[in-house]
Amino acid sequence: MSENVYIIGAGIHPFGRTDGRSGREQGVYAVREALKDAGLDWPDIECAYGGSAAAGNADIMVNELGLTSLPFTNVANGCATGGSALAASQQAIASGMYDLALAVGFDKHPRGAFNAKPSDYGLPEWYGQTGMMLTTQFFALKIQRYMQLHGISRTTLGRVAEKAFRNGTLTPHAWRRSPVDLETILNAPMINDPLTKYMFCSPAEGAVALILASEKKMKELGADGVKVRSIAVKTRPPNSFEVFQAGVSIEEGGKPTVLASQAAFERAGVGPEDIGVAQLQDTESGAEIMHMAENGFCKDGDQEEWLANGWSEIGGRLPVNTDGGCLACGEPVGASGLRQVYENVEQLRGRAGERQVAGKKGTGPRFGYSHVYGAPGLSAVAILERE
Amino acid sequence: MGQKIDPNLWSDGAEPQLMGGRLPSGQIVFPMPVGDAAQGVEPYKLSRRGKLWSWTSQGFLPKEPYEGPGSGPGEGPPDFQPFLLGYVELPGEVIVESRIVDARLEDLHLGMDLEFCIVPFNATHDTFAFRPLTASESKAA
Repeated sequence: MSENVYIIGAGIHPFGRTDGRSGREQGVYAVREALKDAGLDWPDIECAYGGSAAAGNADIMVNELGLTSLPFTNVANGCATGGSALAASQQAIASGMYDLALAVGFDKHPRGAFNAKPSDYGLPEWYGQTGMMLTTQFFALKIQRYMQLHGISRTTLGRVAEKAFRNGTLTPHAWRRSPVDLETILNAPMINDPLTKYMFCSPAEGAVALILASEKKMKELGADGVKVRSIAVKTRPPNSFEVFQAGVSIEEGGKPTVLASQAAFERAGVGPEDIGVAQLQDTESGAEIMHMAENGFCKDGDQEEWLANGWSEIGGRLPVNTDGGCLACGEPVGASGLRQVYENVEQLRGRAGERQVAGKKGTGPRFGYSHVYGAPGLSAVAILERE
Repeated sequence: MGQKIDPNLWSDGAEPQLMGGRLPSGQIVFPMPVGDAAQGVEPYKLSRRGKLWSWTSQGFLPKEPYEGPGSGPGEGPPDFQPFLLGYVELPGEVIVESRIVDARLEDLHLGMDLEFCIVPFNATHDTFAFRPLTASESKAA
């Protein structure tokens, strides 16, 4: 029998570029914001999980936060660092072992596309030497084929980016806060065909912290919590097509996102039609389009109609990436997955200000869905509920 | 001809072939695994002909460990030569990622017939690529 788990505190350090503040300092800032939100002090936290991809270990944060002797586990799980930290915190409480846990993710990347070392991914050196080890190429190759097979237009790619920047203008924690029109997006320099400069997110900086509590603790504190209805983390199944693959199987395999999504829906006992707001990994425009289908929100090809009709806009049938997603917030790898959960907490608690999604009863939506995807082929999905 | 970018990446001879591996299950993989992962995997010469599965262009200078034009000492983005790349399905074998040469972006389409070739990569090394077959070559194939 596992305990119900609630997010009772959420803190964020604005995404983008913050010169003079390290990634970890941004993490500490986010933790203090989350503590303030929950009405707690650092010594109240019983265990912590966190990490970054490029800004050092999380456990050193105790130097600034306080030497309370809590167990603090560093998480290094690439793009799923935040998702894995959240899953570990959730398990710590669900197991009944702890009543208050912290999940934190932060990062600070150099400018420009990520560079990766072939040996870190079990790949031969020539793959990097000849210029094939770029995440941006994978995204372009995946959406290019998808567009051919399912009739997705370049205009639809542009509309995803246009929506992201428009939502970013309404979001205090977003990096890109100016609108960009469709023409500009479509005519911008091509990075990897069919994706132009404005269709890609950029590596960035930022931090997010979430405080999780048992139901008993939440009631004791009189805190305002959002229930973690389900979390699923899945790595790739056989024959899947993922980032950094020199060879792909001719047998069409499964997808980690599909597996994580199905597992999360099953555990939650709800379906895509129940979700009121969704944050889907949008490393670039094509990813949001494909992830709409992989997460079960529409059929392959229907995205053309969705984007043309504004169904994924705030105010649409299913608002997607209401804070502008990775496209407007940038991607500090360690923090990015937790930003999605942060945004859902804000939306479900009705605290999202100008970008608030209306729920059925005049408050926020009841169910929020978040999905992160990363190398070398893994996905994490979290479904939150405002009871 | 320069040196091979990796000595074991393709076979030598007049009609070189990309080297894959055949797993004990019969599945063909690319590239040929190395180290402990190569146990039980037989080297397998891949087909020289395939069909385009997806494609893109590389429009900016990749960071390290890229060693192509633009990456040398004193070089930079102006020295970079944009290139095309894609996935090529080798029927019944495996889908391989490769440079695409002798083609324009606007000519590329799903299922187009392609042939394996070796191309100069930088001042010292060659790499592999696929290039479109002409209509008459396609017919003969």
